[in-house]
Amino acid sequence: MKILVVTEQREGQWNRASFETLAAAQQAAAATGATISAAVVGKGVGALAKELAGYKVAEVIAVEHELLEKYTPDGYTLALKQAIADAKPDFVFFPHTYQVRDFAPKLAASLGRGMIADCVAMRHENGRLVFVRQMFQGKTAADVIFQGDAPWFASFQAGCFRGDQVEKGEGAAVRSVAVDLKPEQIRTKPLELFREAKQAVDLTQAPIIVAIGRGIKEPANIPMAEKLAKAIGGEIAASRPICDEGWLPMERQIGSSGQTVAPKLYMAIGISGAIQHVVGMKGSRTIVAINKDANAPIFEVADYGIVGDLFEIVPALTAELEKSKS
Amino acid sequence: MNIVVCVKQVPAKDAPLAIPEGASWIKESDIGFELNEPDGYALEEALRLKEKHGGEVVALSFGPERSKQAIKEALAKGAERGVHISDDKFYELDPLGSAKCLAAAIQREKADLILTGLQSDDHGFGQTGVLLAELLGLPHATIIMNIEAQDGRLRLKRELEAGWFQWVELPLPAVLSIQSGINKPRYATLKGIMAAKKKEIAVLTRADLGVTSVPTQRIERIYIPKKTKKTEILTGTAKEAAAKLVEKLKHEARVI
Repeated sequence: MKILVVTEQREGQWNRASFETLAAAQQAAAATGATISAAVVGKGVGALAKELAGYKVAEVIAVEHELLEKYTPDGYTLALKQAIADAKPDFVFFPHTYQVRDFAPKLAASLGRGMIADCVAMRHENGRLVFVRQMFQGKTAADVIFQGDAPWFASFQAGCFRGDQVEKGEGAAVRSVAVDLKPEQIRTKPLELFREAKQAVDLTQAPIIVAIGRGIKEPANIPMAEKLAKAIGGEIAASRPICDEGWLPMERQIGSSGQTVAPKLYMAIGISGAIQHVVGMKGSRTIVAINKDANAPIFEVADYGIVGDLFEIVPALTAELEKSKS
Repeated sequence: MNIVVCVKQVPAKDAPLAIPEGASWIKESDIGFELNEPDGYALEEALRLKEKHGGEVVALSFGPERSKQAIKEALAKGAERGVHISDDKFYELDPLGSAKCLAAAIQREKADLILTGLQSDDHGFGQTGVLLAELLGLPHATIIMNIEAQDGRLRLKRELEAGWFQWVELPLPAVLSIQSGINKPRYATLKGIMAAKKKEIAVLTRADLGVTSVPTQRIERIYIPKKTKKTEILTGTAKEAAAKLVEKLKHEARVI
């Protein structure tokens, strides 16, 4: 059995989630006896391929072409289709990045295959791999297994496997796969990359973060949370819906589309804990959740929880903090 | 510009979910349903593009009888027609199977643009738009935050991770997955709700569409996830719980 790990790089920089997926593949390989091929896609990726060869993998495949310099869903799909035909893997693993979401289901479908996306865990059971993913915004988990013929495609949510625990190897062979791509096959034209906000605030450096979610109900209630942030010496932040509404600027958004933070204290107030938010904060040292719903998934990752009305608890907490300071 | 927007109905955000033993789907009785929030943004974008460039908006939904409500909401907000692929066993299909049903219905339309939300709040597969593009042989882009249409081409702002964006261009017809927050969805007006009653909802089945799909994956069971962390729940009145929390943060966690 063979697992092909498709890593991700942009302009020569790794997406670190690639190594988490490599760790997932090594775990699956240890359980099943599979071998691992690791692929790196782009133009002029020789140095990255060499780096990848230092990990415990059977081989590294450099999928290179002039037209792969910038990511396009057509270019990546066509190139990886050829790499898969060459490597003949049973499983193809990806990090669940925005880029992977953009092309991997298409790649699988172009081969008449399916993809189990956004897996948070995986286990080997009765001679097969069982993939665990979340449903209903994290309120339930699902055990999913592949059906039909290989190759089987899966992607792994960031932070579910330890990228720093990838096993090193003795130097795997690197080979190039010659891919055939023509400019007219690529229908999207990628233009410039840019950042919008000047990042006036760097939440990644904040030791304490007070984050608000939908439970805050309306913008008029935000000063209440800001008062708590001030009393505890923290920065205010939010889950995506709050920034979508424009109640707080986008640069204060925590989660997969915003910032990933790991402060010493993270307070989630009125945040249900959808996976898109949790991936951005679950590395925090101490997590406090205040929510009216005792079954909210945020309590899964919280160290301390208060179930109740945040409009009563937050002012009480602010008063308590001010009292303890004076 | 003729636009097909895919809309799904999902359990309401605060719906308490019950899972029958060993089941792969929730118990549907006794809970409320609503339009999948990400699809609300796709619908709004479809309506705005139509208002700017002309054409019609068709709201397409795949699911059981209740899914009609999502179509009705789209009609009330300004979509011209609805298409409902009626299916009580929708939840047994894998992402590819569901996309095949939607693609077959879209092929009956003359669509210049197909819009989906980024993902559904129930299954959360997040694959439908990308799969539709492959099945229909169209170019696509996902996580879209801005759309400019001109001369049969689209200029799109894609969201990347960690605050990065990218402009991309592609020709029509195309499929786009819309990111939440791209716009402010409108509310249906009373006039809109009344007008919707006269609008057509065509009903199709998987058999009508001739879709057969061999599953590529199967959900064995769904369940409430096991806690990986021990959460200490602090109880009492708001004041008591707040005092306990401050005490814990100071002396146990030592973070303040």
